[in-house]
Amino acid sequence: MEAGYNFAYLDEATKRMIRRAILKAVAIPGHQIPFGAREMPLPYGWGTGGIQVTASIIGPADTLKVIDQGADDTTNAISIRRFFARVADVATTERTEDASIIQTRHRIPEAPLREDQILVYQVPMPEPLFRLEPRIAETKRMHALADYGLMHTKLYEDIARLGRIGTAYNYPVMVNERYLMSPSPIPAFDNPKMDRMPALQLFGAGREKRIYAVPPYTPVRSLDFEDHPFRAIRAPHACTLCNSTASYLDEVVTDDQGGRVYVCSDTDFCRTEQERAA
Amino acid sequence: MSALQPGFADPVLDAQASFRAVLEAMSRPGRIIAITTPAPAPAPLNTAAAAVLLTLADAETPVCSDAGDAVAGWLGFHAGCPFTPAPDRARFVLATGAAPALTVLDAGTEEEPQTSATLIVQVEALAAGEGWRLTGPGIESEHRLRVYGLPEDFLSQWQAQRARFPRGVDVVLCAGDRLAALPRSVTIEEG
Ligand SMILES: [Zn+2]
Repeated sequence: MEAGYNFAYLDEATKRMIRRAILKAVAIPGHQIPFGAREMPLPYGWGTGGIQVTASIIGPADTLKVIDQGADDTTNAISIRRFFARVADVATTERTEDASIIQTRHRIPEAPLREDQILVYQVPMPEPLFRLEPRIAETKRMHALADYGLMHTKLYEDIARLGRIGTAYNYPVMVNERYLMSPSPIPAFDNPKMDRMPALQLFGAGREKRIYAVPPYTPVRSLDFEDHPFRAIRAPHACTLCNSTASYLDEVVTDDQGGRVYVCSDTDFCRTEQERAA
Repeated sequence: MSALQPGFADPVLDAQASFRAVLEAMSRPGRIIAITTPAPAPAPLNTAAAAVLLTLADAETPVCSDAGDAVAGWLGFHAGCPFTPAPDRARFVLATGAAPALTVLDAGTEEEPQTSATLIVQVEALAAGEGWRLTGPGIESEHRLRVYGLPEDFLSQWQAQRARFPRGVDVVLCAGDRLAALPRSVTIEEG
């Protein structure tokens, strides 16, 4: 561990404040809790909210995995993993099954998570109503009353205009049938994984200074309508590398002639599938 | 006056380990979790309650305690928390004797339910696999928990509080070095 830092970078008073916020977030599933976010040695957009949550929970016994859009090897994921290896001396891994804490931006791993794992989401905008109602005082009132008619109206207007709900990412969910919550910009394909997940799910928004949580096994329902039920959509292809027809795929352009292939967004899942087939 | 007892042997790593124990307990209501990094707290404070307060209390969190001067001196020194005699003004309420009524404590507001108090109650014993049936967030089907040493009417107090959700007090039950949590979201039925 590098000298000159407190363990996991944050000072103890900041950790305590974030830890208290996390416990209240767990006690009130889906409710956003303000916290006094600290400046981190990474810019906003690099997951400073997720990093502060991870820094407040992580200990020497943990093994950390960091993914960015499903991949362990992006600049962002590598930076965060190295940061915690340096300031908390923790083991890191790219294997989902070996991780005790997984910090993520924009995906949920394909492999089902377990009770002894915690999933930490980096959240750019925690308020699911912000596009519909910019006044924070008003959104707070709506959450207090569970008054989510505005969101239902918006989705229904989508259906009237597009014939479907036009939201492919950050698709709003109801947590334990009480709070409307942003799942962060994960694909709607991942939403069903949140439902009754055995792992604890924690969400950190650095710029907006909010923390929220979904406890294990908590019902998480994607908003929908009886005549337009929620559907988890993926590209109708098999992964070029591992042949999976179940995983979420990224489209990769292979040449300037318009050639393209589809590969798993979750790089660890794809590698594991390839190893199993070999 | 005796010398002040020390706090956590390693204030940083022991607080982290204790926090994870409390987080696990709050995430899985009714599951009994052991504190593995005890601090030598003065009587009548038990190991679990001491660890919870050392981990979470500080200058930002007024504590209401019935545990007497030695405990107040120890917590004041190691956690730096202010004390208040008014349970409705405290962020943490420590009950080593009879637990106060939940309605006496700050339950937060409809818009800011997170400002509510956390009640830390020392009880005689906790037993898993029997007693209450707990359901709700954090619980796959049901958790069983028997608590020895709570007020007779605790269950009816809890049911009254459930009707006020998202307002409510969260409870940490501490017996020796073990603890179990009752976040306000949990439903409790007689076993
Ligand atoms: Zn693949």
